[in-house]
Amino acid sequence: MTHQLVLSLISGVFIAGSAAYLGTLMLSKKMAVVAGPLGHLALPGAALALVYGFSISLGAFPFVVAGILLIWLLEIRTKLQMEALTAIVFATGVAAAFLFLPIDKAEAALVGDISKVGVHATMASVILGLLVFVAVKSCYSKIMLISIHEDLAKTEGINVRFYNLVYLSAIAIIVALGVDLVGGLMTAALVAIPAAAARNVSKTLVQYGLASGSLGIVAAIIGILSSTFTGLPAGPLVILTSALIFLVTVPMAKV
Amino acid sequence: MVVTHNAKVAVHGQTHQGTRQPAGTDVDLMSEILLEVKNFKVTLEESPILSDLNFTVGEGEFLTILGPNGSGKTVLVKALLDLLPYSGELNWHKKPRIGYLPQGLNQMSVREMPLTVKDFFTLKKLKQGEILNYLALVGLAKPVLNKRAGYLSGGEFQRMLVAWVLASRPNVLFLDEPTTAVDIAGGETIYSLLRDVWREQKLTIFNVTHDLNIVFAHSTHVLCLSRFGHCCYGIPKEVLTPEVLSDVYGTEIKFHTH
Repeated sequence: MTHQLVLSLISGVFIAGSAAYLGTLMLSKKMAVVAGPLGHLALPGAALALVYGFSISLGAFPFVVAGILLIWLLEIRTKLQMEALTAIVFATGVAAAFLFLPIDKAEAALVGDISKVGVHATMASVILGLLVFVAVKSCYSKIMLISIHEDLAKTEGINVRFYNLVYLSAIAIIVALGVDLVGGLMTAALVAIPAAAARNVSKTLVQYGLASGSLGIVAAIIGILSSTFTGLPAGPLVILTSALIFLVTVPMAKV
Repeated sequence: MVVTHNAKVAVHGQTHQGTRQPAGTDVDLMSEILLEVKNFKVTLEESPILSDLNFTVGEGEFLTILGPNGSGKTVLVKALLDLLPYSGELNWHKKPRIGYLPQGLNQMSVREMPLTVKDFFTLKKLKQGEILNYLALVGLAKPVLNKRAGYLSGGEFQRMLVAWVLASRPNVLFLDEPTTAVDIAGGETIYSLLRDVWREQKLTIFNVTHDLNIVFAHSTHVLCLSRFGHCCYGIPKEVLTPEVLSDVYGTEIKFHTH
């Protein structure tokens, strides 16, 4: 196993595992689709990173944070449905990216670049992935309660604003990291597919979190390994692997 | 201190008076004031939903907030809970520990999650023994623990929610239409259970309903709201005269009390 493959696998495992765990909350808050436009909005950042030669995640992060603030403010100001805002933000991100993204470098921004990840970026993925995991784990009950019923959570003394902030920050970090693994077009899949598959096979909340994290990690490993054998980009292979896992779990779904 | 006073509600010049004295009820209602509401007003998106509401609630009351759909019952509860903006005075004489069973918390909202009854209580960091104690309060037994909350029967789910709310040890309970999703027998079970818990744990209950039966069967006091701004407060048998009821519901209501 080459040094580069080890780095790619470590990054992939930490990003995909924590993304999938966070995904269990996003699925129950009906927010999974939001990771999509945020990823698209990260594209201009990824483009800048490619032009000036720094990490894609680093370039993506400020754009994702700006995107979250934008959606949050637009929702308060216009009361528009999330889908409408999603469409607006999506198109803006992609359009801005294509204005100055050099077309020969577009692939890395669109489908990810995990097979070339460096030591520093790997360390960042490990640290930030763990940070998100710990933050989500310690706030899990509170955020779950907020997603079940916000007013109920408030009267139980939960500081809804604080936990929403933690939650959105976790999403921002995961989307920025996810752009490196699967590109700006498919970040929603990173959070949504393993969580959806896990929901099909879980009876309890603990099983749900465990299954989602594990399925995310398995998909990342299989995707990255098969990329080295086939020469195809890792990002789409990771997503297709988790989609395949999801399909396998469909007959087990309890409706 | 024992306070006996006249409760008075005035809305748009309409006034009905009731007393805090019990009228043939078996519960001591000569209680201390818990909550005082004065000139209470809620305006949502520039339309007034509630205006000039005045009432006081004594400790240990089972108060039913009665009114037709659209009269602002849920809005009143949310404003009292500080979940909606209001103007006027809201004075809690003692700091309440509030439990709240909101209207929108139905089974469909948890069905899509892999959430067992035990998981639901674990969100409050309760241990299994404590969970079983609270479930026993509402007549649910151990086998229910590992069932998915979204797949309990409507009545079981609602009883589980009551147990769940009680698990925070509230002394004031706000219930917004707690029996909407339950059949008549199930609803009766929930109310008799609530009445037992109310008595044993000396709770103060604010209960929202549009069902007149509930008021006469279970409440010590009633606060009625109507879409036309009329309003009443007091002991149900005293204040809910046919005239008041037709004011509240905007149509003639015939109701026979035993």
